[in-house]
Amino acid sequence: MNFTDVLAGKLLLPQEIPLSIPTIAYLQRTNQISQLPSIKQKYNRYQCLRCGNSKQSLFANLPCARCHNRHVYCRHCIATGRVLACENLTIWAGDPPTWPKQIKPCNWKGTLTKHQRQAAETLKNALESRQPEQLVWAVCGSGKTEMLFPVIEAAIKDNLRIGIATPRADVVRELFPRMHQAFPQTAIEALYADSPDRTGTGQLVISTTHQLIRYQEAFDLMIIDEIDAFPFHHDSTLPFLANRACKKVASKIYLTATPRPSQQKQITKKKLPTIFIPVRYHGHPLPIPQPQIEWNLKKKLERGNTPNALQQFMDNRPNIRQLLIFVPSIAILDKASTLLNAVSVHAGDPDRKEKVLDFRQKKLDILVTTTILERGVTFPSVDVVVLDAGHGVFDEAALVQIAGRAGRSPEDPTGEVVLIHQGKTNAIEQAIAQIKMMNRKGANL
Amino acid sequence: MNCLYCQEVIDQPVTWSTLLHPVHTNHLCQGCRSELQKIADEICNKCGRSSNESLCPDCQQWLNSNDYQSVLIYNRSIYQYTSFMQEVVSQWKYRGDYHLISIFEKDIFEKISELYQSKSLTIVPIPLTRERLYERAFNLSLAIAEIIAMKTKMPIVQALERNSELSEKQSKKSRKERMATKNPFRLTKSLQTDILLVDDIYTTGMTIHHAAKVLKGAGSANIYSFTLIR
Ligand SMILES: [Zn+2]
Ligand SMILES: [Zn+2]
Ligand SMILES: [Zn+2]
Repeated sequence: MNFTDVLAGKLLLPQEIPLSIPTIAYLQRTNQISQLPSIKQKYNRYQCLRCGNSKQSLFANLPCARCHNRHVYCRHCIATGRVLACENLTIWAGDPPTWPKQIKPCNWKGTLTKHQRQAAETLKNALESRQPEQLVWAVCGSGKTEMLFPVIEAAIKDNLRIGIATPRADVVRELFPRMHQAFPQTAIEALYADSPDRTGTGQLVISTTHQLIRYQEAFDLMIIDEIDAFPFHHDSTLPFLANRACKKVASKIYLTATPRPSQQKQITKKKLPTIFIPVRYHGHPLPIPQPQIEWNLKKKLERGNTPNALQQFMDNRPNIRQLLIFVPSIAILDKASTLLNAVSVHAGDPDRKEKVLDFRQKKLDILVTTTILERGVTFPSVDVVVLDAGHGVFDEAALVQIAGRAGRSPEDPTGEVVLIHQGKTNAIEQAIAQIKMMNRKGANL
Repeated sequence: MNCLYCQEVIDQPVTWSTLLHPVHTNHLCQGCRSELQKIADEICNKCGRSSNESLCPDCQQWLNSNDYQSVLIYNRSIYQYTSFMQEVVSQWKYRGDYHLISIFEKDIFEKISELYQSKSLTIVPIPLTRERLYERAFNLSLAIAEIIAMKTKMPIVQALERNSELSEKQSKKSRKERMATKNPFRLTKSLQTDILLVDDIYTTGMTIHHAAKVLKGAGSANIYSFTLIR
């Protein structure tokens, strides 16, 4: 067995090393692996060196039967394996990995649009110069996966290792076959909880951000999808994991359709090199949301009365598209679906997959949903209504994503987006401003 | 403070009782707390499960078995093995999140004294095999036994040892196969007192009956058992 292949770039708990105890001892004797402490203590404060957690309430004590002491373990990363203070983490210290030489690794036959091509060039240059960070601000429906093919191809040709991290397992599952088709000769693996495509030896590793916990200094090119999405921007250990998984000299590419205010600030201050893809792959501008005020909206929704603005919209729209209605809470979800006699879906719904599929196959005309369908899902031809768009769950990013559900296909590149509210919020105004700004940038190209 | 299980924020009213007795602290949020199903008043007198017959069919079979009919006086438990409890146990026992023991302290404290007539019992936790103990780094049964001992002042004696070759998974076998399996337990200290065996879960009852048989054979008169879950 080639030990480099299975261990290079990994940071493993003792039970995660896929080798026998004598083999591990041999590798240690020959200095091909080294051991790091797992939990660090400084002035009575702990830090988990496996997941980066330093929230003290997530450390707990146990009476350890291995070392016969009472000591801490980390509760933050326990879902991916428990780390005890008395054990070490193992990293590879032997030869760096090499991958089969490929002259033309990319098998994708499509063509990029002008904007995609420009972005692809920028990314290739960023990798070539090992520019530490590059942000891609690409509108919903810009075709960002295809845009990544050239830089991934360049990395493979250069014998580099590539990571793609995304907050959601759904996205890993969707990307894996597409990457496999585009790079048929490359060793690719998909990491999420219970993934069947975990080999431990990928040159291209597609992973949920959480699963990067087993990597350290592995990747020359790291592509981080949806840096604005929950939980990436919320859980500070996730950026820690993504950074640690990169080699000391590496390029990170961040993808987002809706940067957070802090990220937007960095962009305006030119602290984060940014390339814009303001146009969808079909070339049409983004639908601009129409705010509609409705007095006593919240009361009407709670009482189960139809808001006038919704009734008017339903009566006047040409019935060529399906309708996707977003609501802020499960309570309103039930009220609205009864009111409209429509199917509804939410995160804990056991029939979630079937319902979304039925809607996609046009077996349903109307689907009422919580914010779970705000991103990642594509329906070819929908109108979108947001009920109580001023509610706190609909922040700027959420509203831009929701608006981005409309007009996705070249056959029907427009679509109505209506924000029914009881008083305009900053989020509503900023979301509309952001969409208009992208359309302006698109028109000027 | 956050829910120990789901991390949801909980409001904890700080009272003298929570300050003086950390055991009374509420470790779970409302939602998780409501999912913990306690065993109601109507139980099988022998195994302590919720039952409207005073002797459940399982226990009937134990009483018909020549080998096991007289080894255990009865078992008592606090919680039902619901699907929520299965998830909690999987995080606690298999992922090794020892700290979840705190969720159960209060209920054990409140309940344990009324469950057994005899007040002079020796607590014997069901042991793990050496390999399993190393892997998990702790024995849940011992952790539960320590809480019982704290409340009742009864002594804990680790009087049993578990043989790894004979400890295959019981639930994968048929009842007949189980009844015929070799006893994995061995006595390491002989005890002449009455005994309270302690384990985390009573499912088939085989483990408790095996352990009780070994202790009975060594001369203990009355053997009871406590499992957190039935
Ligand atoms: Zn940790
Ligand atoms: Zn230890
Ligand atoms: Zn019974």
